Amino acid sequence: MKNLDITTLRHGTALVKKGFAKMQKGGVIMDVINYEQAKIAEESGAVAVMALERVPADIRAHGGVAKMADPKIIQEIIDVVSIPVMAKVRIGHFVEAQALEALGVDMIDESEVLTPADPFYHVDKRLFTIPFVCGCRNLGEAVRRIWEGAAMIRTKGEAGTGNIIEAIRHQRMVTSMTQTLKDMEKTEIQALAKEYSQSYVNSIKTLTNQKVKDTSIIFEKYSYNTVKKEIVDILKEIKEIQRLPVVNFAAGGIATPADAAIMMQLGSDGVFVGSGIFKSENPKKRAKAIVEAVAHYDEPEVIAEVSKDLGDAMPGIEIETIPEEQLLQKRGW
Amino acid sequence: MNINGTVVIVRHKEHIDKIDALIIPGGESSTISKILAKSGMYDAIVQRVKDNTLPIMGTCAGCVLLAKKIVGNKGEITSLRVMDIEVERNAFGRQKESFEKSIEIKGFSKPYHAVFIRAPVIKKVWETCKILATIDKKIIAVRQKRFLAFSFHPELADDFRLHRYFLEMFV
Repeated sequence: MKNLDITTLRHGTALVKKGFAKMQKGGVIMDVINYEQAKIAEESGAVAVMALERVPADIRAHGGVAKMADPKIIQEIIDVVSIPVMAKVRIGHFVEAQALEALGVDMIDESEVLTPADPFYHVDKRLFTIPFVCGCRNLGEAVRRIWEGAAMIRTKGEAGTGNIIEAIRHQRMVTSMTQTLKDMEKTEIQALAKEYSQSYVNSIKTLTNQKVKDTSIIFEKYSYNTVKKEIVDILKEIKEIQRLPVVNFAAGGIATPADAAIMMQLGSDGVFVGSGIFKSENPKKRAKAIVEAVAHYDEPEVIAEVSKDLGDAMPGIEIETIPEEQLLQKRGW
Repeated sequence: MNINGTVVIVRHKEHIDKIDALIIPGGESSTISKILAKSGMYDAIVQRVKDNTLPIMGTCAGCVLLAKKIVGNKGEITSLRVMDIEVERNAFGRQKESFEKSIEIKGFSKPYHAVFIRAPVIKKVWETCKILATIDKKIIAVRQKRFLAFSFHPELADDFRLHRYFLEMFV
């Protein structure tokens, strides 16, 4: 007699979504704007490509409202490469996400690089069959995105700048707070969970102008009590395993092999390179060099070797010269 | 698992000479193939396979890399060509179609809960290669001499029976 369990095929479970993210570990995911670039990325050893209409540096220069890429471009890229294809949606824009899922995209980046769509909420990522990656600046943002169902977390950094400083800041913020959790008692963790739930509380307060009680629904179908309780569980797990419970990538400002390797040494599981490759003088050579730097991130001889003669990196921008309201990392909550 | 041994990560060709058995895990087969070639590990593994001194277990991408033939390969993957199997990459479809399922494996008394991520399928086996498991007639686990290939990810499960099977039979 066959066990009933033998016949069931389960799609889109947390295990399947987080499993996909784990298969990207130790790899480089590259931003591409057409199938020619996607092909170069694949040939250079990228583990996946991120399909976009414009790389972040050009989004910055172009201005206007940045949205999900034209599905035609994404489809062309899907048809040409055998590695996974990811694409970005605006923060909170669950219909862009539904469209990308229908198209066959393998992972969605709910990204601050695009103009946010929802002033109150991020997407409820548990409702989707395909996995999501989300940016964070600190442990609170990471935990909220994980609670919402993200299968992968990445630093926000400051995309399109070719400047690593913000990515390092965000990685250090997450790591330091993770270490701090180690010595926290039960009551302190509960207080932290309450603090981390505040952004949902603030949204519902703005929407209803009512006092928020423990039983109040604050996000989708979830009550304030449930949110706090489940965030406590996530924090306990982070305290226990001393890392995020999902794969953690670096993104936002990576321009050189050494940039990629420093993020790996600081605890990232892999890297996203956005404008850094195709805005540089020799994309193919740089792409290969970054792939090798990530695979051998703790071997200085390899980093030195692959960094030779790569041509000019993207020019880069000092963060202080960017007007406050143009900082992409401030998007999302 | 109550088995004595040391697990090491291999990144250089020198590492290959020091190990008793090799696991090639999931990931992107095209990426792993490039790293194998560039690091010189490819030649080192092929040599030890020729000397018959290196048992290998390949899962998902690893399964692809062990195959003698890959359907539709246009040169993006140079496989190790150690098992008499033909493999089709992403044979169940894209990530949307990825799934988990309990399967029956030959020689195991209880079902094994397997996770398939953009998984390959083994289209054909020949010579001495034996089929260990199938889903709807699709081959998902095989054994030949000292080599095992699975299209799913034992590394994502808490069930170590396949790792144990590999270690106890071959090492």
